[in-house]
Amino acid sequence: MPSSLSSVTPPARCRIQVNRDQPGSLFVALAGHLDELSAPQVINDFVALLNKEKVPQLFLDLAGVEYIDDFGVAVLVGFVTSVSARNGRLRMENIPEGVAEMLDRHRFNDLCQPEITTTKRKRTDSITNLGIFTLGAFSSLRHSLIFLGDTCLSLLRVCSHPRLLRGNDTLLFMKKVGVDALPIVALISFLLGLIMAFMSSVQLAQFGANIYVASLVSLSMTRELGPIMTAILVAGRSGSAFAAEIGTMKISEEVDALFTMGIDPHVFLVMPRLIATVLVMPLLTLFSDLFAILGGLLVGVSMLDLTFNGYIAQTISTLDLFDVFWGFGKAVIFALLISWTGCLRGFQVEGGAAGVGRATTSAVVSSIFLIILSDSLLVVMLRYWEG
Amino acid sequence: MRSDSKHATAKPVIKVRDLVAGYGEEVILKDLNFDVLEGEIFVILGGSGCGKSTLLKHLIGLCPPMAGSITINDLALTDEQNLQRVLRQCGILFQSGALFGSMTLAENVALPLQEYTDLPQTHIDTLVRMKLALVNLAGYEHHLPAEISGGMKKRAGLARAMALNPQILFFDEPSAGLDPISSAELDQLILHLNKTLGTTMIIVTHELDSIYTVADRIIMLDKRAKGIIAAGDPAHLRENSQNSYVRQFFNREPSPHKTGLE
Ligand SMILES: Nc1ncnc2c1ncn2[C@@H]1O[C@H](COP(=O)(O)OP(=O)(O)OP(=O)(O)O)[C@@H](O)[C@H]1O
Ligand SMILES: [Mg+2]
Repeated sequence: MPSSLSSVTPPARCRIQVNRDQPGSLFVALAGHLDELSAPQVINDFVALLNKEKVPQLFLDLAGVEYIDDFGVAVLVGFVTSVSARNGRLRMENIPEGVAEMLDRHRFNDLCQPEITTTKRKRTDSITNLGIFTLGAFSSLRHSLIFLGDTCLSLLRVCSHPRLLRGNDTLLFMKKVGVDALPIVALISFLLGLIMAFMSSVQLAQFGANIYVASLVSLSMTRELGPIMTAILVAGRSGSAFAAEIGTMKISEEVDALFTMGIDPHVFLVMPRLIATVLVMPLLTLFSDLFAILGGLLVGVSMLDLTFNGYIAQTISTLDLFDVFWGFGKAVIFALLISWTGCLRGFQVEGGAAGVGRATTSAVVSSIFLIILSDSLLVVMLRYWEG
Repeated sequence: MRSDSKHATAKPVIKVRDLVAGYGEEVILKDLNFDVLEGEIFVILGGSGCGKSTLLKHLIGLCPPMAGSITINDLALTDEQNLQRVLRQCGILFQSGALFGSMTLAENVALPLQEYTDLPQTHIDTLVRMKLALVNLAGYEHHLPAEISGGMKKRAGLARAMALNPQILFFDEPSAGLDPISSAELDQLILHLNKTLGTTMIIVTHELDSIYTVADRIIMLDKRAKGIIAAGDPAHLRENSQNSYVRQFFNREPSPHKTGLE
């Protein structure tokens, strides 16, 4: 027995020797160390041998085997199964005591049988898969509705007992969702205003209607693009974070721990995120509008020969307060959608790290989808409302 | 208790010299000096939070030492290439099992075999079945880690750690979360691996029974001393130690004048 695997020189290689005695039978002798180091070579030799000789009966003489470890046992199992796969038979002879003990310990005969596990994952056909998918979709819908109900109930509870809300957490999330997002929201909106002004001026300049660049930028930003851009950024930054945080807590049984302590996970985890997002999103949207107008102003003054005052005056006359508040209203709706989806996906996490990854992706994708969907509905609503 | 004679001529596999271990600025353990001999079962003892897991993380190069040196097979762990070579020879069982959640148990155990050996997949499958059977998890090959119990995760982690028949095995609390029978079987498995493969084992554990069964040598760490307060043979220490904490530990006595954990 080698004292350890650390020895610098590998143990003597294992040899396969063929003695062809009788017709119809093949006598093979194995000798040496049958272990991790020699296994790949022995397997290759044996496969080559089997491919060359087509003999139904194979006798394997193990008398020369000095040492065997579990890799060696796996090699022998491979011999037996590959011979029987070729409709042959393999018999082992002269098994030394140490080898026999090793084979017994690993239940050699069981290993040679094809695997019998009661719980093997079932392979399914496409119809079954369709069924599983449909059921999954329904149960996910059901889960979402239950979650929606729970969220509304805990919102009511928090409204009637404001002390249930964890104030510090809410402030922290307001910082994370709002303050920390301000630079990127400002930058992107500024660039967006710049681009819009520039592109529209190309067309409007043909009619000498440069001044309407101000109207176009301000109106489209406050009503549509400001809220949507902000929402998409917040969904990417914070919605995903909500899903990942809650999902990780879910798989490490922290959510269960909360529940057993008699703390409602919805009030504890969802409410601070939801309320913080709803509070800061309108503010972020306002900043987004302002920075976009600033971007438009820069293009207007520097490239379109508009005056600073003229641009501002045109902006003010285009916008009325309703447009700004309409944008705020949208921001609130988007905030609800983003935080709700993020938390929902977090609570739906199952399994391990991969589950958290899926939840994060799906939080972002479904919030963006919901944002665009609800925005379309709101546009239609507004159209009929204004007559 | 086990005989020491078999190690009379053994050479040290792991050498720890003047090690200071800690996180960031915080020193958890200092002035550690010890050797682990080839083929020995070396047990690290100590109260909760005294730095056993920390020491283990340093021994396998996960955390760089604040001072001092660690060598495994005379290779210093500070060098990235050395570390790779050393870790190829080591199997590690983490305190939480650390199975990959997106892979089945069989895939978890097969991973090191696929990465480091040239065996065909059918042989790897056979080996995986053998390894899982060794830790009594036959039939659970196709379960995901999320679908099995805590103790089963531990055992599956053990199967993965020993997949390559490593020269050195590190265990962080292998028997925590196991019932007495499984825990006794685990001890037998440890002794078997040690005997047949000559595997050197470094084990962190609290189980007194299992210490008496498997340990060749122990060291005991202490939170206040931030270092080793006792080293040697467990039965000998129990009878003869001058240190009251060591005697208390072995005799399972609560601390005088204290009700809670320190
Ligand atoms: N990642 C870390 N960063 C900073 N300090 C840590 C870190 N991990 C552990 N510690 C500190 O190091 C000390 C030792 O921790 P360690 O996990 O090594 O204890 P232990 O002996 O394994 O305890 P147990 O038996 O409970 O597992 C503790 O006081 C802990 O606060
Ligand atoms: Mg620990």
